[in-house]
Amino acid sequence: MKEYADLKLTVASSPHVGSPVGTRALMMDVLVALTPALCMAVFFFGPRALALTAVSVVGCEIFEALYRILLKKPVSGGDLSAAVTGVLLAFVCPVTIPYWTILIGDFFAIVVVKQLFGGLGKNFLNPALAGRAFLALCYLPEMTVWVRPGTKFWLGLTASAADAVSAATPMADLHNGLLPWLGTSGVRLHDMFYGNVGGCMGEVSALALLFGGGYLILRGVIHPRIPTTYLGTVALLAFLFPRVGSAEDWMLAQLLSGGLMLGAFFMATDYVTSPCTPWGEVLFGVGCGLLTVFLRSFGGSAEGVSYAILLMNACVPLLEKYTQPKRYGASRGWQRKARKEGEHHGKG
Amino acid sequence: MLHQFFGGVRPVEHKDLTEHRAAVPLPEAPAQVVIPMSMHIGSPCTPTVAEGDEVKVGQLIGRPNGLGAPIHASVSGKVSAVEPRPYGGGGRMLSVVIDNDFQDAPCPERRRQNGVGDLTGAEILSVIKDAGITGMGGAGFPSHEKLSGAVGKVDALIINGAECEPYITSDHRLMLEWGEAVIGGARLLAKAVGAKGAVIAVETNKPDAIENLRSKIGSDGEIRIQPLRARYPQGAEKQLIQALTGRQVPSGKLPVDVNCLVCNVATTAAVWEAVTEGKALTRRRVTVTGEALAQPMNVIAPIGTPVSWLIKLAGGFQQEPGRVLLGGPMMGISLYDLDVPIMKSTNCVLCLAPDEVAKHDPAQACIRCGKCVEVCPIKLTPLFMRMNADKRRWSEVEALHVMDCIECGCCSYICPARLPLVQIFRAAKAAIRERAAKARETSLQAEVVEEKVGEEETQ
Repeated sequence: MKEYADLKLTVASSPHVGSPVGTRALMMDVLVALTPALCMAVFFFGPRALALTAVSVVGCEIFEALYRILLKKPVSGGDLSAAVTGVLLAFVCPVTIPYWTILIGDFFAIVVVKQLFGGLGKNFLNPALAGRAFLALCYLPEMTVWVRPGTKFWLGLTASAADAVSAATPMADLHNGLLPWLGTSGVRLHDMFYGNVGGCMGEVSALALLFGGGYLILRGVIHPRIPTTYLGTVALLAFLFPRVGSAEDWMLAQLLSGGLMLGAFFMATDYVTSPCTPWGEVLFGVGCGLLTVFLRSFGGSAEGVSYAILLMNACVPLLEKYTQPKRYGASRGWQRKARKEGEHHGKG
Repeated sequence: MLHQFFGGVRPVEHKDLTEHRAAVPLPEAPAQVVIPMSMHIGSPCTPTVAEGDEVKVGQLIGRPNGLGAPIHASVSGKVSAVEPRPYGGGGRMLSVVIDNDFQDAPCPERRRQNGVGDLTGAEILSVIKDAGITGMGGAGFPSHEKLSGAVGKVDALIINGAECEPYITSDHRLMLEWGEAVIGGARLLAKAVGAKGAVIAVETNKPDAIENLRSKIGSDGEIRIQPLRARYPQGAEKQLIQALTGRQVPSGKLPVDVNCLVCNVATTAAVWEAVTEGKALTRRRVTVTGEALAQPMNVIAPIGTPVSWLIKLAGGFQQEPGRVLLGGPMMGISLYDLDVPIMKSTNCVLCLAPDEVAKHDPAQACIRCGKCVEVCPIKLTPLFMRMNADKRRWSEVEALHVMDCIECGCCSYICPARLPLVQIFRAAKAAIRERAAKARETSLQAEVVEEKVGEEETQ
């Protein structure tokens, strides 16, 4: 077959086809899933929310590229993971935070937490949450300004905390042992659901975050194990141990307030810093839930989601070690069954 | 359906390229066939013919040594060479090259068995052995060895018509075009191993095949058709056993250890042909397909037909192929020489277009998404195996049970970082085997030394 003699044939190991979904596509899906929450943030807090998010995204991407260029490492360009960190960090900050402050957070998240540990896939803490923890430590006043939501109180692009009309958050009420609609914030349950409350700009709207989370689950980007066990644990504990009011009210207020929804669907499910084994994911979710309730009830600050997830991040290697899946032919359940069947056959 | 196998993926099937194309005998027979002396697991056969000999279709040309199956001429003509030739197993293999005389003269020694119904199990087994039948689904294990080891121990005889690999439709066409052979063969196999009946497992993406088989099974209830929802690697032996019976074959054990036996539908039909018509395994259905080909098709081709001949019959390339494979895209072997012959286990010649080929990149970062763990049908942890293999920590890789990996390719397929996981595991397995062999050698040497020392001491 002379005509084939010139063909260049590639020899490679199987499989020869691959799923079209790459790292970039997964990160893109996460960004898409975060869009509803961004829209709600802009709707309640004004265009500054959008500007902050954009600054944070650009900051993260630039810090990542600069670091890799300076250290002569291949520029990971275009995997969008830094962009996701940028959006998430902006989402867990108040809308009044100065632009330079969030850039410091971006630097800490990308350079210190992610790149110094080896870059994508190697960091053991969630970069966005670690960035937030760092900012909360160093810039506490900037990190605790809560603006009243609504077009009437929208902030201009260059506004600062001094221009803001501040509001009490439902989280603070809960921390003080009050149901939000009976407390100082006076926020009703449906406001908490839509996001018409004071708080970090991307965390307020449970509805938008549920949309986004549902999208990620339907697209197969995340598995529902972590969000369901996380939210389930918080719900169960709140239901069993309400501090005031009826069990259902306390449970719903706990579920819809603070950073829980964002944490459960977008932070705790971060691939790099959550377990890769199915049972590890379950334990991780339960652990996050337990710690969240514990910190919210007994902690010094009102919110506990970010520290709960960071603490569980540090437990991941341990969880993975003890939750290795039982491989085919070695699972105990099957071996028990096989023995029983054997006995059965023996009798027969 | 009662059970499910672990993990699995759903790659795009691409079966529409050929699933409605009936398998036809080659419109033009090849001028020359090359028949490798090893198309099975075991040791290569010894050629029984020499250059210049005249051979007839079905004539014995290779006698097995130990584990193996006899090999027969697939065309009539003159042996033009007995020499090593490139083959699909990689490298070269001693092969009998036959110049076709286009007469297809049958070998007079081969004849049909009279009274198929009266044959005993042992007689069926000897016919299977004599016909050189090997597993036609992929691995190519000699069928009589597998069957004789299972006599009296099988309560679940599974006929594998899952055909879960994308692109391939040869088994599909077989079940559609020659259902009676599949069912008849299943009855013969059941008799041969002393099983009460057989289950033919077919994925539901072949509804016409399921319907055709159902219309032919008769009413004695001996043969059952089990439709299965399509998922790769359903047709892998261990996974099919799990899907149908819920049983798991323990590591290092055989299906017969859990009272199961799996035979491919093509193998089953070959048994029927061998018993009822006395024919040796010298032809098989092959899907010749892929986006790079002008006219994808199904053919019934003599064993030993060069791949290049099939490609020519399929209209040649309409675009330069990215890869040419023997087998499907998930587990097939890529070829560097298109003159290699098709073998008893070749169900597909696949010419992938360049844009269909996965671009694996060992340099990308694992993002620990855990999708590889999710899809692994053996429930291994590919990401941890890779992490350790990259650092050549072979003991750790072995402790993660890399030796149980069936190389189905699900992890590499799903990996968003495009890491060549299966390739890494193949290398790891080879390294672990090598290390074990070395360890054996040194311990043997140590024993020899100890013995010598002991002898000297007694002296």
